[in-house]
Amino acid sequence: MSALTKALRDEFRRSPAFFLSFAFILLVMLVGFLAPVLSPYAPGGFEEQRILEGPSGAHWLGTDELGRDLLTRILYGARVSLTVGLGTALLALAVGTFYGLVSGYAGGAMDNLLMRVVDVFYGLPDLLIFVLLSLFLGRNIGGVLIALGFISWVRFARVARGQVLQAKELVYVEGARAAGASHARILLRHILPNIFAPVLVTLTFSIPAAILAESTLSFIGLGINDPYSVWGTSWGTLAQDGWRAMRSYPHIIFFPALAIFLTILSFNFLGNGLRDILDPKGR
Amino acid sequence: MPRFILKRLLHGVAVLWVVATLTFALLRVLPGGPFDRDRRLPPEVMANIAAKYHLDEPLLAQYARYLKGLAAGDLGPSYKYIDRTVIDIVIDTLPASAYLGLVALALALAFSLPLGVTAAAWHDRWVDRACTLFATLGISLPNFILGALLIWVFSLKLGWLQARWGMPGSALLPAMTLGAMPCAQLTYLLRSSLLETLGADFIRTARAKGVRESIVLFKHALRNSLIPVLTLLGPVFAILISGSFVVEYVFAIPGMGRFFITAVTDRDYPLVMGVTLVYTAILVCANLTVDLLYSAVDPRMRTRG
Repeated sequence: MSALTKALRDEFRRSPAFFLSFAFILLVMLVGFLAPVLSPYAPGGFEEQRILEGPSGAHWLGTDELGRDLLTRILYGARVSLTVGLGTALLALAVGTFYGLVSGYAGGAMDNLLMRVVDVFYGLPDLLIFVLLSLFLGRNIGGVLIALGFISWVRFARVARGQVLQAKELVYVEGARAAGASHARILLRHILPNIFAPVLVTLTFSIPAAILAESTLSFIGLGINDPYSVWGTSWGTLAQDGWRAMRSYPHIIFFPALAIFLTILSFNFLGNGLRDILDPKGR
Repeated sequence: MPRFILKRLLHGVAVLWVVATLTFALLRVLPGGPFDRDRRLPPEVMANIAAKYHLDEPLLAQYARYLKGLAAGDLGPSYKYIDRTVIDIVIDTLPASAYLGLVALALALAFSLPLGVTAAAWHDRWVDRACTLFATLGISLPNFILGALLIWVFSLKLGWLQARWGMPGSALLPAMTLGAMPCAQLTYLLRSSLLETLGADFIRTARAKGVRESIVLFKHALRNSLIPVLTLLGPVFAILISGSFVVEYVFAIPGMGRFFITAVTDRDYPLVMGVTLVYTAILVCANLTVDLLYSAVDPRMRTRG
């Protein structure tokens, strides 16, 4: 693990983008966590006299069409994006990696069958899978997270399976099998550590993909629909509010859009850096 | 070769059948029916509607009826748009989506191929960094933000391009919006694929023989690096052609993309299945074409059957 720490430190020094992205993601996490403390106004509060104002001393990022403080709404929105992004990616990681491990390790007819299922998922439009599932799961943060996980687990399944097929042939895996190790032991002790790096890289790229998907769904009105939740309103929904007022009040779409873009960009830079560290071939 | 094509076509039909069955099953277990209104209709009316659309038959009979229609190229009537069949709706809306998708794909290829090659040729120099930065920005920018930004700059501020669909040049902004993400993905993929090829032994041999660097790059390396790019092009083609809800919404384009959502929320079962099958059929054909192109690019693949 100390090799990884050293590699991380080198990458920080080599690439300012990697360092800045890392710092920005930490900042967004902190902001989401401390939203109630940091926010200048109450999350549901509005002032009827001060609607659609531009940035000012009292409202740094201005107000929306109900007179709500945009900065407050964006700070709270960080919670939605990060929770959905991290939650979806981790869920997909757990399900997809397990599936790919089993499929690749079992091989033969079983592998064939399991991969056909993955093919079917690839053959359906993502949006359709999501809309169908959200009718069952509801439009709350958990439902959106699970529905998005349903779309993205196949990527982990493919990556994990491909890696297992390679790792299965390694000499020490054969040795373990010859020594009479159980399947569970071979999988967990010998194969799992081997597929760690590509799965981690897939994970770091799945987080921004999930954030992007969630904000897009919220923008078109299919995301979380729960105005009184402590989670706050998605940045995508804020952007939708701004979209309708864009002709006259462009600042309302500008700030949420910037938050979405910078967060996704940071995760992608982070993913690039991690890939360079873990797989220096493709640098 | 013909045997290979035949085999893949049969496989494609099987995929379509699985997708049709799966969506049929999924839609029937959904809560709520297609003719539920806020105000309850009298039971006689409901019975008449159900009889008209054969919803009163047992599920298996409905399924058999649907498959029979499908085999004859009939996707059934729409529940929401009375007097229109699903085929009519697809014929009305798919061309706009397909046209937009083709322009987007052309733009994506026109930019990503030179960018990817340039980045790999000047690996680790500032040109490469600029190209990768461009690609990273591209995959980080959601469609709706890029679309809004383009409309704000070119339509509202500069007044150059009107965003109304059907006017000359009106496809440009939506096509840029739609093509940005695949363009970035293709740039990335081509760059890393080329870099891998450029490290291969036969490239060193070619260079050692004294082959000019431009010929090494374009004749030896590029051709051998196109396989991953082709693989990605299959699904990208299907997604772009069948329409994007977001881009069609932002630019008010009467395409097919919106039905992937509105048809589900309307419980318009035949329309949902129709657009899904159209998407899957395009995907199957695109993937088959990609498979055929593989053998054009890489002669080693011609022998398999």
